[in-house]
Amino acid sequence: MAEPAAPVLEVRGLKTVFRTRGGEIHAVNDVSFHLEPGELLGVVGESGSGKSVTMMSLLRLLPSPPADIRSGQALLGGRDLLAMSDEELRAVRGAKVGFVFQDPMTSLNPVFTLGNQVMEPLIKHMGMNRAQAEARAIELLELVGIPDAKRRLYQYPHQFSGGMRQRVMIAIALACDPDVLIADEPTTALDVTIQAQILELVKELRRKLGMAIVWITHDLGVIAGIADRVMVMYGGQVVEQAPVRELFANPQHPYTRALLKTIPRITGARESRLKVIEGQPPILVEPLKACPFRARCEYRHAACDEANPARRAIDGAKIGHGHDVACHWQAPAKAEMANA
Amino acid sequence: MLDAHPAPLVQVEDLKMYFPIYTGVLRTQTGNVKAVDGVSFQITAGQTLGLVGESGCGKSTVGRAMLRLYEPTAGRVLIDGEDVAKMAPEALRRKRPSMQMVFQDPQASLNPRMTLAGIVSEPMDEHTDWSREKKTERVYELMDQVGLNRRFVNRYPHEFSGGQRQRIGIARALALNPRFIVCDEPIAALDVSIQAQVVNLLEDLQEKLGLTYLFISHDLSMVRHLAQKVAVMYLGRIAELSPSRDLYARPLHPYAEALLSAVNEPDPVLAARRNRIILTGDVPSPANPPKGCNFCTRCPKVMDICRSVKPELAEVEPGRLVACHLYTTQADAGSAGATEAKERNQQGVSQ
Ligand SMILES: Nc1ncnc2c1ncn2[C@@H]1O[C@H](COP(=O)(O)OP(=O)(O)OP(=O)(O)O)[C@@H](O)[C@H]1O
Ligand SMILES: Nc1ncnc2c1ncn2[C@@H]1O[C@H](COP(=O)(O)OP(=O)(O)OP(=O)(O)O)[C@@H](O)[C@H]1O
Ligand SMILES: [Mg+2]
Ligand SMILES: [Mg+2]
Repeated sequence: MAEPAAPVLEVRGLKTVFRTRGGEIHAVNDVSFHLEPGELLGVVGESGSGKSVTMMSLLRLLPSPPADIRSGQALLGGRDLLAMSDEELRAVRGAKVGFVFQDPMTSLNPVFTLGNQVMEPLIKHMGMNRAQAEARAIELLELVGIPDAKRRLYQYPHQFSGGMRQRVMIAIALACDPDVLIADEPTTALDVTIQAQILELVKELRRKLGMAIVWITHDLGVIAGIADRVMVMYGGQVVEQAPVRELFANPQHPYTRALLKTIPRITGARESRLKVIEGQPPILVEPLKACPFRARCEYRHAACDEANPARRAIDGAKIGHGHDVACHWQAPAKAEMANA
Repeated sequence: MLDAHPAPLVQVEDLKMYFPIYTGVLRTQTGNVKAVDGVSFQITAGQTLGLVGESGCGKSTVGRAMLRLYEPTAGRVLIDGEDVAKMAPEALRRKRPSMQMVFQDPQASLNPRMTLAGIVSEPMDEHTDWSREKKTERVYELMDQVGLNRRFVNRYPHEFSGGQRQRIGIARALALNPRFIVCDEPIAALDVSIQAQVVNLLEDLQEKLGLTYLFISHDLSMVRHLAQKVAVMYLGRIAELSPSRDLYARPLHPYAEALLSAVNEPDPVLAARRNRIILTGDVPSPANPPKGCNFCTRCPKVMDICRSVKPELAEVEPGRLVACHLYTTQADAGSAGATEAKERNQQGVSQ
């Protein structure tokens, strides 16, 4: 493989804790990853595993208290987002980093028209006047497949369908041609044809503008279609990371392996009952001292109770650059698996 | 012939839901968004109808209008023999516990000032005289069923992840053992394992309690798994309504065909080789639908007639209803059999 380009975004050792009435919740534990220009990093993982909190922490979007970023760095083009002044950070948000939130209804302001919300970053960050911003807003809405965009500009969020709101969020995030787009479950409300259209748009933006993208999703079909690399999260940490084909062909972590087995297919016989991963995820009320997956793991052994496994490379590459896994168990090589 | 079929629990007839468009300083009404424009279907008791279609085509509006969360513009909605669309307020209040909805936007539908316990027990406060203990017990039971840790019971909505919030909405809808549930994208925000857990739960409840579902989803593999029949909507109207098995094996309406071809393949090697039908052409707006067939601006198989005459939903094969001239024009041209099929449909055979 060629020597990797300098990363646009590099996150090191991020820890985020929530201080609640019931004690601390260790939502993000020592998460590290990087993003190269034009690259698409897919993020998957159990519900509640810390995907959203990780990304919101980077841009300091979580109210504090209760959120407390205990440690870590988030270097964007070499500058640490976690150490910047609020003012510097405001200039980064929306301009250099676009963010699509998981819950569009809460991030769109119900009392302003959508036009207002799409045009705001254009006026604020791109120095456009109203007429220019309006023309660009219409263009952006058309780009994400919203018909009748001119009339739509003057409507309020509740007048849009779930999927339309999601597309408006994508349009806002893309408005200023950011270097990095962080998209949190951006297509859950879209049908497959419009989703395909959005995915094509994203591919084109990467090609044309070299935009680097973090794409959080539960849809492994989407990951298979657009990701270069995949990061799997569980219990607030990264449990596996690999290039996309490698991950699907040679999953190492027992959670990843179980996850890949639970995907329902559109072809083949209809299963009478869908497969689930038995048991519940950890609730993270204290720092992890053992493997968070152990209670649900079929390969559990003594070591799993004694220490939380660190990420280790399985292919000799640097952690985060090849295939790595955080697990005490060694998955058998593929040939052995076939014999087993 | 009709008697062989179990009775439908839900019967929707020519449902219309228009939203007025106001323009100008005086806010005068200048038109309508025809979000739902003449939709009819039935759901057999104890079964699931899948409702799929393009984003913005009117699926959520169908669900909301059926449960009178919107006042429908026209049409009948019979649930268990009673027309919900015309029900007086007090009767409607008494009917509510038996028909519930899981909302698409979990955050927006949960009161931010209430804890999980408060949210899930609210319908019990409103509609039952259960003791405190009984309500608490029911809350815990529901939390187990949707896979939420019991320790979360006093948390507020913002303290949950997206998928956890989705499950609070499901628990709340199940609280009073409804007979009919509109599930609007109930699993979109969940990871695959919890999706499977929720879908298995919906199936178990259906088996045990005979629940009837309208299941709105973009996840076509889950719809295939759950639904006996599927309605494919496009721009406020039903394009095809077929038994699930037939639809997935051989979609008849060109929009249904395009939709199924776009399903993502969860395998990066196969994903690189697949063939999807990419739709081109203008996406019309429900404020100004095209003359003729709603799909004519993007249909790969469009004919002249499609641009002037609206195709009616008609039975083109046993049990399969399709609104497309590809199937009906040939019929009109000759075969008496198909005309008969059309007439049969008008008498309301849609099982
Ligand atoms: N304000 C908060 N107070 C306390 N705990 C919180 C708060 N926000 C999030 N959490 C907890 O932090 C954990 C991580 O949440 P996060 O939203 O990152 O999950 P996620 O991986 O994005 O899940 P999903 O796939 O369901 O969206 C969850 O267990 C959640 O309950
Ligand atoms: N309260 C409202 N006022 C005006 N227009 C509305 C209102 N609610 C919905 N609409 C419009 O009705 C149409 C159908 O919306 P609906 O939410 O039913 O779509 P949907 O099929 O559920 O889409 P999605 O898959 O994106 O959730 C859209 O064009 C939408 O903008
Ligand atoms: Mg999330
Ligand atoms: Mg909807």
